[in-house]
Amino acid sequence: MKKIIFALLFIVSVPSFSQVNLDKIKAGEKYEITENDYTNKSVDMADMMRENGKIYVVVGVIVIIFLGITFYAIRIDRKLSKIEGEVFGEKVNS
Amino acid sequence: MKKVWWKVLAVLLILYTIITGLLLGVPRLAILNETIRNLHFHVPMWFGMIIMLTGSVVYSIKYLRTGKLDFDTKSVELAKTGILFCILGLLTGMLWAKFTWSEWWSGDPKQNAAAICLLIYLAYLVLRNSLQDEQQRARISSVYSIFAYAAMIPLLFILPRMAESSLHPGNGGNPALNFFDSDDQLKMVLYPAVIGWTLMGVWLAELRVRYRRIEKALEEN
Repeated sequence: MKKIIFALLFIVSVPSFSQVNLDKIKAGEKYEITENDYTNKSVDMADMMRENGKIYVVVGVIVIIFLGITFYAIRIDRKLSKIEGEVFGEKVNS
Repeated sequence: MKKVWWKVLAVLLILYTIITGLLLGVPRLAILNETIRNLHFHVPMWFGMIIMLTGSVVYSIKYLRTGKLDFDTKSVELAKTGILFCILGLLTGMLWAKFTWSEWWSGDPKQNAAAICLLIYLAYLVLRNSLQDEQQRARISSVYSIFAYAAMIPLLFILPRMAESSLHPGNGGNPALNFFDSDDQLKMVLYPAVIGWTLMGVWLAELRVRYRRIEKALEEN
C-alpha cells in the first residue's frame, strides 16, 4: 500500500520538477532565485485572482459575506421551525 | 410557507447576480463608468419594495374582508421588510448620486418622492404602535396602508415623470439615459436580481410572521 502511495506522489510531483530549468542545475548546487522567477510568464501560477484590477477578489468577498448572512438566516429559519413544533405541536419540515 | 425551494432559488439568484453583475461586460459610459453595475443592486431594492408593499396592501384588503388577524400580521411584516428595502434603496441611491451627480442629496424629484414615501410608511408604523386594541389596530392600519399605497404610486411613478428636469434616469427631461430599458445584457442580470432580492425580502418577512405567530400562541396560553 505504501509503495503505491509513494509511486502516486512521485508521478504527481514529476511535472513540478520539470518546471525548474533542470539543465542549469548541477548536482549539489543551489538554485538561485532571480528576478525572472517572480516576473516570468512561462510558468503557470494562480494568477487569475490578481488579474483585471483584482475584481475577482471583490466578488469573492461579497460572495462570502452574502453566504454568511444566508447561513445565519437558515439558522434562524431552523430555530423557528423547531420552536413552532414545540408550540403548535405539528411536524414542520422547512 | 413550509416549502424550501424558493429560499434556495433566492440565494442562487442573488449569487448569480453578484458574480455576473460584477464580472460581465457593461456599456462603457462617461461619468457612470463602472458604477453602472449599481443598476443590478440599487434598482432591485426598489422593485423588491414595490412588490412587497403590493403584497402588504393585498393582505390589508384580505384582512378587512375577513377580519382574520393572521392577514394583518402578514401585511405589517411585508410592509416592514418593504420599508427596510426602501431605506437601503435610498442609501445606495445617495452613495451612487454622490459620485455621479456630485451631491448626496440634490433634491431630485425622484429622491424627494422616495423620501416622502418612506415618511408615509414610517407614519404607518407609528400609527400601529399607538393603538392598543388588536382588532382596532389592525383595522385602522389596514385602511391607512391602502391610502399609503395609493399615495406611493403617483409619488414614485407619475410625479417624477412630470417634473421639468430630473437627474434620475427615466424621468423628466432625461430620456437619454434609458439604455437601461434596451440593453439585453443588463437585463440578463437585472431581472434575476429583482426576483432574487424580492424572494429574499419575502423570506425575511416570513421569518418575522412565524415569530409573531409563536408569540401570539404563547400569549394565548
